[in-house]
Amino acid sequence: MDGLTLGSAMIRKAEDMKTEDTIIEDTIITDTPFHTSEFRRFSRVFFSRGVVTFGIVIILILIIVAIFAPLLAPYDPYDTALSQVLQTPNHEHLLGTDTLGRDILSRIIYGSRTSLEIGLTVVFLGASIGTLLGLIAGYFGGWPNIIIMRVMDALMAFPMILLALCIASLLGGGLKNVIIALTIGLIPGYTRLMCGQVLTGKENDYIMAARSIGASDWRIMLRHLTPSCFPPLIVMLTMVMGQTILAEAGLSFLGVGVEAPIAAWGSMISNGRDYLFTNPLLSFSPGFALMLVVFSFSMVGDGLRDALDPRLRGIL
Amino acid sequence: MLFFIIRRLFQAAIIMVIVSLLVFFMMRLLPGDPILLLVTSNQKAEFTEQQIEILRHEYGLDKPIIVQYIDWMGGVLRGDLGISILNKTRVGPEMTKRFFISIHLGLLSFIIGNLVGIPLGVIAAVRRATWIDSVVTVLSNIGITVPNFWFGMILIYIFGLHFRLLPTMGYTSPVTDFWLNTRQLIMPLACLSLFPIAGTARQTRSSMLEVMNQDYIRTAWSKGLKERVVVLKHALKNGMIPVITLSGMQLSMIIGGQVLIEMVFNIPGMGRLLVTSVSNQDYPYVQGIILLIAAVVVFVNLLVDFTYGWLDPRIRYD
Repeated sequence: MDGLTLGSAMIRKAEDMKTEDTIIEDTIITDTPFHTSEFRRFSRVFFSRGVVTFGIVIILILIIVAIFAPLLAPYDPYDTALSQVLQTPNHEHLLGTDTLGRDILSRIIYGSRTSLEIGLTVVFLGASIGTLLGLIAGYFGGWPNIIIMRVMDALMAFPMILLALCIASLLGGGLKNVIIALTIGLIPGYTRLMCGQVLTGKENDYIMAARSIGASDWRIMLRHLTPSCFPPLIVMLTMVMGQTILAEAGLSFLGVGVEAPIAAWGSMISNGRDYLFTNPLLSFSPGFALMLVVFSFSMVGDGLRDALDPRLRGIL
Repeated sequence: MLFFIIRRLFQAAIIMVIVSLLVFFMMRLLPGDPILLLVTSNQKAEFTEQQIEILRHEYGLDKPIIVQYIDWMGGVLRGDLGISILNKTRVGPEMTKRFFISIHLGLLSFIIGNLVGIPLGVIAAVRRATWIDSVVTVLSNIGITVPNFWFGMILIYIFGLHFRLLPTMGYTSPVTDFWLNTRQLIMPLACLSLFPIAGTARQTRSSMLEVMNQDYIRTAWSKGLKERVVVLKHALKNGMIPVITLSGMQLSMIIGGQVLIEMVFNIPGMGRLLVTSVSNQDYPYVQGIILLIAAVVVFVNLLVDFTYGWLDPRIRYD
């Protein structure tokens, strides 16, 4: 698929796919008096679904837990105690202990740091690079478009987790390499989104006006085109955040994630595999935390999309 | 239409060339040396510098990188994917074996996803705002976000270890032992179909809701048609278009998307082979697998594109 096909595919999807409930759209159109401020309209639509509010609460808890991990964790997550290995839940260790006698609850709490750190860094880097590439491809068209979009098509021809697996594995695991691997996996999605947005956005009259008063290409791209693409970018940022955290967990489950002693949910799930029968919580509890977080980001992304720009249904 | 097909085929070929370049140079330029790994893993024999050079020459890894690429591509075009560096097996036959295992699972989960997901979505849309709708919506939202490898372990715990109803790992060819094969596949398939079922149900529900509000559906109602006819004959057809788009995307990912499940259930598929080959830096295997996975994706996208071009003539003239 080339850029044009992509563009048309996106428009096609935008016309065809309407991913969410139509109730919300009805409320936007019919029930909103025109004097309501934009922020109030936004928050009313955003919080109209209970599940979105639930997601926000979980994400806030995640952030608080990650920041105050040392205060909240009952034990040091790296403290091994060979006299206390593989304990089932009890008063001292609420979720039990792992093969090295480390407290599971503390490791889950510290694992939130790993997830959030990798998630935020990867999404920030991926979004910046991807957006820039998409901006260039969409704005200049011609050869830059052909080269950038073809490479992105090729990158998109394998699932993100496989691409990340190969890169992380070749680079040798570890925090930095996981971030690099996942970032490369994320870039094509942003580039594609941004390219599509810019292709339609640059036809606007205000872009013509900016050009006629002598604004430079970069000024038009960064000051005029980029801000108009913020709503889809923000929505994608939130949705991709959950997927990135999930992919990171997948990588550490496969053993190419962050280095061994660092607490990460994926490797905790993997470590519990051999003790599934005797101590299922070893794997189940970090997995539950992971699911809750991914679910929350996905729901908040849905809510943001409905509140910011319902036309994006189907594209994002 | 013919011109459209030729142009798309040409574009697909270009993408495959870029994929081959990316994977080839990614393997060569990132750190790591398969020969050194091979030498150090073999602890019995001590290798001299000279012997290492001979090994390197044997696999053609001492040639300039461009020549290596041309050699490899020449082989690929003739259907020869090369020889494994680690265990000297031929890459092609082994990959074919693994490919059929993965495609077996992938296709089954794709079919289950559509067979279960579409009716669920239709029922939820038709019975909107009832308990059925709420259950389907909540479950499908959970289904698209649950980590499937973790879900697999829960299933193993419940059905494999606690109740001892199903075998927890392995893959037997359905030709050898169909009953064992079926029992082995139940849990992996449950994990793999979770996302297709949930995604398809969500998409079907929302596009059916959209369609059910259309004027022509009201006309159908006012003609006095039965609900079954309105839903299945009038609404479903139009409501399916976005679902087909989604199915296309799911179909293209059926092989690559199951690495984690193959690891959890010890299924000797493509994903598992990729994980072991990439950690052994076995260039020919990694290159072959990635090329094949990408080829499947490109091929499915091509089919989806052709279908669209056939359904909607406007697309042919972009």
